[in-house]
Amino acid sequence: MVANAQAAAPVNYTDETVRGFALAAVLWGVVGMLVGVLIAAQLAFPDLTYGIPWLSYGRLRPLHTNAVIFAFGGCALFATSYHVAQRTCQVPLFLPWLAKFTFWGWQAVIVLAAITLPLGYTQGKEYAELEWPIDVLIAIVWVAYAIVFFGTIGTRRVRHIYVANWFFGAFIIAVALLHIVNSAVVPVSFWKSYSAYAGVQDAMVQWWYGHNAVGFFLTAGFLGMMYYYIPKQAERPVYSYRLSIVHFWALIFTYMWAGPHHLHYTALPDWAQSIGMLFSLVLLAPSWGGMINGVMTLSGAWHKLRDDPILKFLIVALSFYGMSTFEGPMMSIKTVNALSHYTDWTIGHVHSGALGWVGFISMGSLYYLIPRMFGQTKMFSTRAIELHFWIATLGIVLYIAAMWIAGVMQGLMWRALNADGTLVYTFVESVKATWPFYVVRLIGGLLYLGGMLVMVWNVVMTVRSGRAVPAAIPRFAHA
Amino acid sequence: MAQEHNASGHERIETSNFLMIALILVVIAVGGLVEIVPLFFQRSTTQPVAGLRPYEPLQLVGRDIYLREGCYNCHSQMIRPLHAETLRYGHYSVAGEFVYDHPFQWGSKRTGPDLHRVGGKYSDEWQRLHLSGPRDLVPESNMPAYPWLESAAINPATVPPRLRAMQRLGVLYTDAEVSASAEAVRGKTEMDALVAYLQSLGRHVK
Repeated sequence: MVANAQAAAPVNYTDETVRGFALAAVLWGVVGMLVGVLIAAQLAFPDLTYGIPWLSYGRLRPLHTNAVIFAFGGCALFATSYHVAQRTCQVPLFLPWLAKFTFWGWQAVIVLAAITLPLGYTQGKEYAELEWPIDVLIAIVWVAYAIVFFGTIGTRRVRHIYVANWFFGAFIIAVALLHIVNSAVVPVSFWKSYSAYAGVQDAMVQWWYGHNAVGFFLTAGFLGMMYYYIPKQAERPVYSYRLSIVHFWALIFTYMWAGPHHLHYTALPDWAQSIGMLFSLVLLAPSWGGMINGVMTLSGAWHKLRDDPILKFLIVALSFYGMSTFEGPMMSIKTVNALSHYTDWTIGHVHSGALGWVGFISMGSLYYLIPRMFGQTKMFSTRAIELHFWIATLGIVLYIAAMWIAGVMQGLMWRALNADGTLVYTFVESVKATWPFYVVRLIGGLLYLGGMLVMVWNVVMTVRSGRAVPAAIPRFAHA
Repeated sequence: MAQEHNASGHERIETSNFLMIALILVVIAVGGLVEIVPLFFQRSTTQPVAGLRPYEPLQLVGRDIYLREGCYNCHSQMIRPLHAETLRYGHYSVAGEFVYDHPFQWGSKRTGPDLHRVGGKYSDEWQRLHLSGPRDLVPESNMPAYPWLESAAINPATVPPRLRAMQRLGVLYTDAEVSASAEAVRGKTEMDALVAYLQSLGRHVK
């Protein structure tokens, strides 16, 4: 029976969509980071785009966040999840035409976002700015994504569902739930709507969404990458099967509770803040479980780090993951949060996760994936990968160090009191004091973008020197 | 399958697509249910503070401009009950002040100062000059200038649908207020609207 099924099954993987998403990730990465550099420059030089409404900071900042999270991160997640699901299930994608629809649908979402956000069409909720017609399109594409992904898992010829797919699966399901609940609105017109919730309820729903956009879009999905590409690149099995089970369920359960730490000392009732803080502290354990499982996969292969820049990307990504997931719970402690909240410390924290973890794990995975999608086993230039790694690392260090110092400084200036009980500083004095750090951050961002441009060159050369050849599905004696 | 053996423990889950999907859904649903649902039934979060009225049409249009320009990216509207903060901004914010705010605009970053009690703190004229050219009044400011607001007229026809949508959300506008709302903004600029909104902020708790 098994032999018959194999004879009848298609012989090749459906990699066309994987290829499209992988290249789109690189393209949107450049665009998103470029907008980031522009808005970083605007904070230091506020009249840079004077008088041009669609280039003003308040409209471009949502474009930056949406582009790097949903366009760059999203395309990288689509590419790798479709790749990993096929390889670990030993089957082609379920409904290849629907997979193709997810590609064009997602590109349409991105282009619509790039047009509407600068025009000022927004729902006014962070990371959920896109107006309702685009939200509807996102929901449709996402359901199609779920059908393709779980359909592929459902038709697998391998008995066990590989651990990377648990994470991709949880990411897909959670994002669907978060997006649909948080995007509930009453439309005013085609490009204008009001949130279905008000005040405290809206804040809680928004940060339940916002925090888990981090937890599932930017963490669970990328852990899926980690569980496939690190063992592959290191040629070592995953360190601990048991640890992967425990930290998977603990992570997805706990993350969903941590949202209220974005609302400490606000008008959100105290009980919700306390629960949020408690679960945020607990979250350290499953987060580090994942980091340890990834890093220890290198056991006995540490020497490979010396001359394999792809492994450097992947392992340094985990170091930043470990650092951010330590810093996060610390910042969720109310007394720490009283200082850090509203300051650039938060921006530094987010970017150590975004540039260090999400960016590096994606870049490492794409450096593994792209040559293999074009009939090769290596990128055109390994030295260019090495160069990218060092420029980007330097950029991150400058960026987060500048924002940490600026953030702590702002927090301390805002609370400083004179002996007679009056405030020491006006607000604008803290703005003035931050200026040099905004410049350093801009330089850090430019370096990170520069690294990405090196990647573009390398990808173009790799694609040009290779060919998109269909990859055959290996035949096993039995599944 | 070639070897027959009964899966047990986690093996049962990781060999079943259905179980995997169902359990993930159950596990991720708990946190949100516990933290969000009770808030809809907690009176302190659903009852307006004394004297709070829904935004007047011009203020509502101003609020929509506040959203459009992304002011929330740099300004919070949430004063925390911390000593230095109430000294700087005034009475801490309470839940009942936000019951008509669809969406909420508490913000998450203060590149500029909190605005929750900015209403009445400066004159209308100061706000206009400051929005058109922040550095004319505050040389060290890094706020963008919004010179286009002064010359942009509001289209009155767009206003009643906004109030109607708010009505649908349970904001207490009368039908008379909805139909009169177009007239209320006739001849006003976007600058008028934004200043009206800013001047309305946070005035019901002192």
